[in-house]
Amino acid sequence: MTNSPLTPGIAAARLDPATIQANFADHIPAFDAHEARVAADRCYFCHDAPCMTACPTSIDIPLFIRQIATGTPDAAARTILAQNIMGGMCARVCPTETLCEEVCVREVAEGKPVEIGRLQRFATDGLMAKGVHPFTRAAPTGKRVAVVGAGPAGLSAAHRLAMKGHEVTVFERKAKLGGLNEYGLAAYKTTEDFAAREIDWLLQIGGITVKTGVTLGVDVTLAGLEADYDAVFLGIGLAGVNALNAPGEALSGVMNAVDFIAGLRQADLATVAVGRDVVVIGGGMTAVDAAVQSKLLGAENVTMVYRGPKERMSASLYEQEHATSAGVKIIYGAAPVRMIGQGKVEGVEFTKGGESFTLKADQVFKAIGQALEGAPIAQEGKKLAKRAGKVWAGGDCASGGEDLTVTAVAEGRDAAEEIHAVLMGAVR
Amino acid sequence: MANLSSDFIGIKSPNPFWLASAPPTDKAYNVERAYEAGWGGVVWKTLGSEGPPVVNVSGPRYGAIWGADRRLLGLNNIELITDRPLQVNLDEIKMVKRKWRDRALVISLMVPCDEESWKDILHRIEDTEADGVELNFGCPHGMAERGMGSAVGQVPEYIEMVTRWVKKHSRMPCIVKLTPNISDIRKPAEAAHRGGADAVSLINTINSITSVDLDLFAPQPTIDGKGTHGGYCGPAVKPIALNMVAEIARNPLTRGLPISGIGGVTTWRDAAEFLALGAGNVQVCTAAMTYGFKVVQEMISGLSEYLDDKGIALSDLVGRATPNVTDWQFLNLNYVTKAQINQDDCIKCGRCYAACEDTSHQAIAMSPDRTFTVKDEECVACNLCVNVCPVDNCITMVEMPKGATDPRTGRQVGDYANWTTHPNNPSVAAE
Repeated sequence: MTNSPLTPGIAAARLDPATIQANFADHIPAFDAHEARVAADRCYFCHDAPCMTACPTSIDIPLFIRQIATGTPDAAARTILAQNIMGGMCARVCPTETLCEEVCVREVAEGKPVEIGRLQRFATDGLMAKGVHPFTRAAPTGKRVAVVGAGPAGLSAAHRLAMKGHEVTVFERKAKLGGLNEYGLAAYKTTEDFAAREIDWLLQIGGITVKTGVTLGVDVTLAGLEADYDAVFLGIGLAGVNALNAPGEALSGVMNAVDFIAGLRQADLATVAVGRDVVVIGGGMTAVDAAVQSKLLGAENVTMVYRGPKERMSASLYEQEHATSAGVKIIYGAAPVRMIGQGKVEGVEFTKGGESFTLKADQVFKAIGQALEGAPIAQEGKKLAKRAGKVWAGGDCASGGEDLTVTAVAEGRDAAEEIHAVLMGAVR
Repeated sequence: MANLSSDFIGIKSPNPFWLASAPPTDKAYNVERAYEAGWGGVVWKTLGSEGPPVVNVSGPRYGAIWGADRRLLGLNNIELITDRPLQVNLDEIKMVKRKWRDRALVISLMVPCDEESWKDILHRIEDTEADGVELNFGCPHGMAERGMGSAVGQVPEYIEMVTRWVKKHSRMPCIVKLTPNISDIRKPAEAAHRGGADAVSLINTINSITSVDLDLFAPQPTIDGKGTHGGYCGPAVKPIALNMVAEIARNPLTRGLPISGIGGVTTWRDAAEFLALGAGNVQVCTAAMTYGFKVVQEMISGLSEYLDDKGIALSDLVGRATPNVTDWQFLNLNYVTKAQINQDDCIKCGRCYAACEDTSHQAIAMSPDRTFTVKDEECVACNLCVNVCPVDNCITMVEMPKGATDPRTGRQVGDYANWTTHPNNPSVAAE
């Protein structure tokens, strides 16, 4: 190893491989059985539990925790997965601090919630490790449904549709399934290829045909799918990235945070290049994931710059603290003016409260949000309508709900239920 | 620091905490470690007659139930009386007593139910200089099947007879240890009293099966695929023991008979409760077996602090709560309380609501914003909400003042009146 955090420019292997490996290890380790029993025992089994209401997939949290406490974690897993087929991934990546755990009465009372996310992981990991797929398909309906996009929304819809007895074909433009589960998210949240393993497990339901490398509008058309299938579900995500619209955006070293994260997820970490001085522009989870992972790869200085105040930042306070504890500096209330540099970026000028300042940068990540890229059906605001005739949409691409994995799973599941009701003639 | 010196039927100890006759008091090594840790006295594990020693199982002897974080709540055992030769025990007792003059040392005995056996064992122990004897009429397993232990304790006439033998053949203070495996604990206590016992100690362990192995389909502890009932003890049995102590303390036929309280004493507070109900001292086993002998130090400091706070002596505490133990028919039926939820302390878990709505009197209202309030017109003051609330003192039972109208019954809160004079009482109407 010849590089170090001080190596100028963008370089790989700033840290030795063992350190990088340790930095990217499972950042919230799994519970062992005893820890799970102790954590489960803290649950009060609330009446009409606030955690359950806060969960976008409405998992019966008090019930599954009681099932863990009574020594039946597989039953707990079934309770979870019946509502959320990606309960394993959600247990890892849900911002529980703003969902179930935020409203846990023990969080409200003591500032220490029942560790719902970790308990959920304990239950779902246990069942998956046994190779058990707890659902079976209903009798074939003879109906065929196309699912476009194999992210959390699409796979959730596909699983529920297959379970109802429909024949499902999933079209995915990338080489691997999973969407943001595979190409987004911080690597230390979903270690040991969990995204792919979860999908392999999910597909054990049967009745789902997968076609990768198929792009909607290029290889297939929506009209064609509507003609060939009884219904279509669009879970196409947000493929576009918002531009800064600031001078110098085209300089070398300025890139989209989502591309950095996707590349990192697919690469040998020792080969991922990162700047010495990294500036991340944005205030969401993507910005945090890019910033923290830059630091973990060995960047000397990583600064997140967000336009608004701390309270408005869409990354939770927990995530902000996670970033700062990793050594990321966060500047609030500063807007980018321009990228500075000749050919390659050397710094970014910001304005804050009427004054300007410049941050040294050899790598700049833009993380100011993603947007719909093309609209195969009518839009509602900036997103797709949830239904247009025999086409349904869900997940980040669709209107309503937060852009979270768990929300996408819920929307995929709910669309599948609605498609099923329509195809079986129960509703129109 | 309050003076915890104890004089129990003439047996002096620096504090009222004794180790009960059980595995922790089986030999000099353990007993000396207990004394070093601060225990005021011990009852040496039960000696049997001269002869081939008792045989124990070499599989598991204990079973348990646990609470959160594997906190041991109840323990059950199938160990028998000492399995060491009689002379070894006698020699060790003598050596230990000489070395630890200020500590109490009582010998537990269990021999066949004939006068010669008792006479013989009493003569054998005379030389040890022990402070007294405790007659083991309690063990519910193993020895009972041989006509000893609880087989004697369940027949008051036998208790009286054996106690008389002991008093006839020994001048040592005699404590009779009672089994709870009986329908009315007052009967064996009365028998011991008639027989001349200086005191009773209770409770011995309760017949039990702690759990069933659902793979082997066998009771636990399981010995080669089989299990048997064992004696249950530990924190779980304390409420049963407290009631039995109180029953004896307030029974006119045994009033004043000294009681050594046993059963789930784990903290100073447990000990204080036994004392308040009439026990002159307490004996401990499971807490020591769970945490080691050092637990006595918390018991000493806790009881001492409590007595100091109350400004009372140890002897003032003994029996202080006994007069307040009464029969149901004497409870004040005109005492009216209502549950009250402190909204500042409420964490909105809704357990009180679920409990009341599903299983009680539908006396708690829940608003859309999860505010829980008591409906006084429905509340019968059952206290279930208090018991299931996870927050200390969040729900309290508030007494209605005399003269106020109970919105549930529409009646005014009146003076003391009990069932014996209540118009609905058929026996009152008959008179």
